[in-house]
Parts: sequence; structure tokens; C-alpha cells
Amino acid sequence: MKKFLAILIAIVAVFALAACTVDEAGKTPANTKAPTEDTTAAPGDATADPGDATVDYSKIKIGLICLHDENSTYDANFINAIKATAAKLGLKDSQVIIKTGIDESAACYDTAAEMADEGCKIVFADSFGHEPYMKQAAQEFPNVQFCHATGTNAPTANIANYHNAFASIYEGRYLAGIAAGMKLNEMISSGKITADQAKIGYVGAWPYAEVKSGFTSFFLGARSVCPTATMDVVYTNSWFDIAKEKSAAENLIASGCVLISQHADSEGAPKACEAKGVPNVAYNIDTTPLGPTTALISSKINWEPYFELIIKAVVTGGTIPADYCGDFSTGSVALTTLNSAVAAAGTQEAIDAAKAKMIAGELKVFDTSTWTYKGETLTEYIADVIDAGDFVPETNVIHDGYFDESNAKTFRSAPYFDLIIDGITEK
Amino acid sequence: MKSEKIVKEPLIHITKRDTMPPWQSILIRVGAVLIALAVSAVLVIVLTKTNPMSVFDAMFKGSFGSVRKMQNLMKSVATLLCISLAITPAFKMKFWNIGAEGQVLMGALAAAAVMRTMGRYVIPSWVVILVMLAAALVSGLIWAVIPAIFKALWNTNETLFTLMMNYVAMQIIQIFIAIWIKSGSGVVGYINEQSHRGWLPDLFGVKYLLNIIVVAGLTVFMFVYLKFSKHGYEISVVGESENTARYIGINVKKVVIRTMAISGALCGLAGFLLVAGADHTINKDLAGGMGFTAIMVSWLAKFNPFIMVGASFMLVFLDRGASNVATMCKLNDSVGEIITAIIIFFIIGCEFFIRYKINFRARTPKEKAPDEPEKPEQTEITEGEKAPAGIA
Repeated sequence: MKKFLAILIAIVAVFALAACTVDEAGKTPANTKAPTEDTTAAPGDATADPGDATVDYSKIKIGLICLHDENSTYDANFINAIKATAAKLGLKDSQVIIKTGIDESAACYDTAAEMADEGCKIVFADSFGHEPYMKQAAQEFPNVQFCHATGTNAPTANIANYHNAFASIYEGRYLAGIAAGMKLNEMISSGKITADQAKIGYVGAWPYAEVKSGFTSFFLGARSVCPTATMDVVYTNSWFDIAKEKSAAENLIASGCVLISQHADSEGAPKACEAKGVPNVAYNIDTTPLGPTTALISSKINWEPYFELIIKAVVTGGTIPADYCGDFSTGSVALTTLNSAVAAAGTQEAIDAAKAKMIAGELKVFDTSTWTYKGETLTEYIADVIDAGDFVPETNVIHDGYFDESNAKTFRSAPYFDLIIDGITEK
Repeated sequence: MKSEKIVKEPLIHITKRDTMPPWQSILIRVGAVLIALAVSAVLVIVLTKTNPMSVFDAMFKGSFGSVRKMQNLMKSVATLLCISLAITPAFKMKFWNIGAEGQVLMGALAAAAVMRTMGRYVIPSWVVILVMLAAALVSGLIWAVIPAIFKALWNTNETLFTLMMNYVAMQIIQIFIAIWIKSGSGVVGYINEQSHRGWLPDLFGVKYLLNIIVVAGLTVFMFVYLKFSKHGYEISVVGESENTARYIGINVKKVVIRTMAISGALCGLAGFLLVAGADHTINKDLAGGMGFTAIMVSWLAKFNPFIMVGASFMLVFLDRGASNVATMCKLNDSVGEIITAIIIFFIIGCEFFIRYKINFRARTPKEKAPDEPEKPEQTEITEGEKAPAGIA
């Protein structure tokens, strides 16, 4: 069996070399973005670039490890993205291995190692808890690139073939928050609620920076247009639990929340909102089919640019950044189509204007003049950016009047905003 | 058939079989698996229009595709077998211990807690491992003895009680994780990632080998314990009839509590093996439902530890194979579960035909059917002609 494997690996290696010199990408953990076209490509530039004809993608094999299957909006987003990327680059079905339902346990390591055995040159895992297992596999298979979404260790782990990736999704959430704020304004002006009843409910998965950063940016977006908005947050302590997310949304509605958003991965909350007729802002997938009369808009991370980047890097011998944070410019942060049946008039215009300002650098989501923490405006915040497992914060992340979230160049891509600002209440 | 006669014996009636020669029962089981495979193949073909042979090939490769896959297969078999062995004394005693999942988790939690706490100090790894083992055994034991005491003293329903204890165990784990992991992510990650303190070593460089050896030893022990020890005898008698047990002077309460203590401690051992020998972390899904699957293993094997080896092997093989089929056909994991379910359905279903015989109404002389030679098809299954109209 071992002999057979050795032969197999040899054959794969020969093919790979013949294709066009794969020098095992990422020998140096460059913290800068790879000089591939993708990073600079405009978001709309999704068509294959002319240079593609010279690149042979027929030998590359990529494995995707998902915590849940496509019933989870979060995982569906990855699965759809890798399928779209495969279609764009012309990869065959056999070149993409997708494993769903892989727990955050040794199962992740086992699966990653099996994928490497099967000739995958890239293994990608989508859940935060997969990280230690991916790192372990990366150390064991130096010739395979291991990429992990939402992880925190790659910038400091010094494992050449281990990479983290995320996106500045807080910017997308802020824009989605504007849609929510506009809707609140509409409810106020139509007399449906009074200004001080503009309470948003938020169903969060875990009381953790990724979730907190998400709901805070969403809230700030909403409050930027509806100054009286407040928000209640409940946690389900699970990434995927339809029943819990549904009942959490129902409880929030019962306690007076007039608009719901969520960062948990099932369709529980959007469906509960549709049943109660309460507007909903979602994440990762377009929920209009689930809630035609209540779904407003979703912010989403588009993983296609990153998938394309890593595949290209491996095939052409480029490097994959140790830590990557996609944004508007890479096309990684996106919004689904605004549901005009639900949205207030002028929403799209307001979103577009704010987005233009963000891209121009005139608008910072976590501008410290727009929020307070325990009644005070912060000028410094020491966050736990270097994840040594000790939960001891060490890095100041506020400068030039804003909280510098998901800055992969200086800090890291995974969020570290973990404050509960004034106006938000954890329930 | 077409007769509308007077009182008659029913068209079909079912009788219990006398013993069946082993080769026959094996043949029935093999047949059941083959039919099950055929049905699942039809399903997959209908869903995906794939060549059925490639489906079976994928199924096989899910477990045997590479050395690593075989290792992973053996690890899973060992874990499932360990839990199955653990619950067997309880089930043999007809104590419905649905709480193995929770007992395993409590053992795992104790092991993880020791690992975390002791891992901060420079202590030899084997000392940490021993303390982890002891903590896991005791925790599993306590979690099992609580319902046993309630059952023995107040005759509470152990099925509900042990089932509920699973959810309590899961919540306790969530509480500990919330306390330990201050970032709020709910992810513990590797414990002692740098020092590997409390991690079972890879014997001869083979991953999970130690787990496999421990469980192999446990299999032999459980066989001897149930078959040749006084405890084992008492367990059988209590299982068959509590009144008999009382009549011959067995202290039923004591046996119930003692057996559950053993059962729970061994579940704790499974939890220890998961934490120290495989995952090196803790979360509420660590047992992955194997506490429930183990019940099926135990019953399928009729409490024989050696047959349990085969039963756990088969279930894990099916699970991995089905998952590989789903991956290969780009289908949802649920398809894998459906295939597994179909196969298990047939396997359990065939037990019925092994234990019972279906008798069709014997033809009365009046009812001379035109096409007489419709003799019951005495295939390999029924051998003797004792039961003329018997068909399996």
C-alpha cells in the first residue's frame, strides 16, 4: 500500500512539474498580498483574464473541509464559492473534493491528511475550531498548502504552508445596517413605532470577537441613519441550531424588537421573522426566498477571489499570503440584491453613497467619534491580536480616531473587536 | 386463496424458530447485506446516474483507500467498540442505559480538565496520563451510578433518566468551555499543543495504535467477565428474571449498581481514549452520537464481545463508505446516512427471519390448486423438512 502511495505521489509530482514548475508556494510566510492579478482586480472583473489560457489548471486538486453541509448558510457560501471558482477556472469535478460535516476535532486532521494523500495541493477548512488540526496537518505535509478561514494563528505560527484568510466583512455589515436603519426610519415616520421603540434584535452564535465585531458594525450602520436605534443581542452558543435560532428570534420579537438580524448559520431566524412579519437582515446567502415579505438584504463574504488566488498561486508557483483579508477592492465583501419589496425608499442610494465613502477612505466603520464604551470615547484599546492561547491582550488597535479592525497587514484578518458598546445590550 | 371458506387458520402466521445452524444464519445476514447494497445502489443510480460499481468502489475506498484511511477506520472502530463493550453489561442485565453518550463525555471532560490543569506544570506526561485515566473512570462511573441508585432504590425509569443525563453532561461541558475559553469562541483547540503533556504516544509510530490495543484487551476482558465470572452470571440472571435472581439469593440492587458502575467507568475510559489518544480537545460533540450507535452494536452482537468487533467494524465501514460515496457523487452527507440506514434496516430486519419462521397456511385437500408444484422454496435457509410449509 505504501509503495502504491509513493508511486502515486511520484506520478502526481511529475505531472505537476510537467505542467509548469510548481515550486512549493509559500516558502516564506509573506505577510503581504501575493502579486497576482486578483488582489488588484476590480470587483466586477469576474470574467477570466486573458492570461488564463497559458495557465494549466488541469492538474491542481483542492480539498474543502466544511463544518456543516449546505443547509448551513455559512458553509453553503463556501461550497457555492468553490463551485463557482472551479467552473471559472475549468476544474473538473474530480479536482475538487468537498467534505461536509467535519467536526472541530481530530476528524479535521484526519480529513485534511486524507485529502493530502489523495493528491490535493490545497486543503481549505472553513471553521474557526479547525485551526489546530489544520496546523498539525500543515506541519506534516509541507508540500501542500493549508488555508483556513477565520483563523488567528498563521501570522505568528511560522508555518510556511499554513495560511489564514478572512474579509473586512464589518464594512459589508455596516452597509447592511444602513438598510436596517432606513427601514427603522420608515417604520417611525409611518407611525408604526415611535423613535425610541427602534430596537433591533440580534441572534449571535458565540460571544466572540467575530460575532461581536459583526453585530457592532451592523448596529453602527443602522444608527448612522437612525440615531435612536438600540440593539439586544442573544447568543445560541452554537454555529448551527435551527430550533434555538428560531426561538431566539421569536423571543427577541416578543420583547419588542422590530427588526432582526443574525450571525448564526441556519435559516431559523429568517423563517421566524417571515412568520411574524418582522424585517430581517441576513448573512452569507440571499434569504429572499425564505422571507419574500421580510428579507431586506444580506452581507456576505465572497470567497471566490480568495479561492482563485490560492489556486493560481499554487499552479503558477506564486505565494499565498500568510494572512489575507479580502475587501471591496478584491470583491470579497459583497451585498446580496436589496429586496425592494421590503426596503425603504432611498436605501440603495444610501448604501452606495456610504460604500463610495468607505472605498475613498472617508468613512471608517469603527470611527471612535460615533460610539462610546461605558460612556467614554476610547483613544486606545489593547486587543488580543496575537493568539497565544492565553487570552492576554497585547496590541493597541485604535489609531487616527478609529478602531482598526481586520487589518491583515499590521494585525490580523480575523476580527478582534470584542467590546459591547453603549446602545447594545447582551441578553 | 380464492376460497371463501369457513373458519380457517390465517394465511400467514409466525412461529419462533428452534435454533438454526450458524452457517444458515450467517448466510441470511450476508444475503441481507447484499440486498441492502443492491437497494442503495439503485437509490444512488436514480439520484446521480452513476455507475453502481463506482459507487461500491467509492464505498470500499472510504475505508481502505489508503493506509491512513485504514488507520482512521481502526481508530473509529476502536472507539465505537469500546463504548459498546462498556454498555453491554448493563444491557445484558436489561438495564436500558441510553446514557453512554453522557458518560463518555463526562469521562472526556474530566480527562481534559486534568490535562489542562496539570499541563501547565512540568510533570512527566505519563503521570498526567494516569491521573487523567483515573479522573475519567471515576467521572464516567459517577454519571452512571446516579441513575442506577435511583433505579435500585426507587425504581425510576432508567431509560428516561440516563437519556436526560446526556444533555446535562453536554451543558456541563459548555459551562466549562465558557469558563476556560475567555475569547468566547467556544473552541478549546488542542490542549497542551506545545508540550503534548497527557497525549498518548504513537506506538511504533502508528497513529491511534495504543487506543486499538487497549480496546482489544478490553474485548477479551469483557468476554471473560461476562462468560466466566460470578459477576457475569449474576448479570445474566438479573437480566433474565429479577425474581429468579432474588430467589437464588442474588442481591439485585447491588448487582444493578455495581454493573452500572463498571459500565460507566468503561464509558469514562472511552472518553479518556478520545481525549488522550485521539482528539486532544473537548467539546460537546466529541462522542459524536457513538453512545447511541453502541447500543445497536451491542444488541446486534447479542452481547458477545467478539461479534461486537465485527458489528462495530461494519457500522464504521458503512459510515465512512457512505460518506465517501456522498463526496464522490457531490451529494449531501444525508445520502450517506440514508445508505447506512438502508443497510442497517436490512441487517436488523433479517434478524427477524433468523429468529422467527413465517408459516403460510397449509393447503387443505379441497383446495387443490391447479399449479400444484408450488412447493415452498426451500432455499438454503430451511434445511430440514420438519416444517413442510415453512419458508424463511
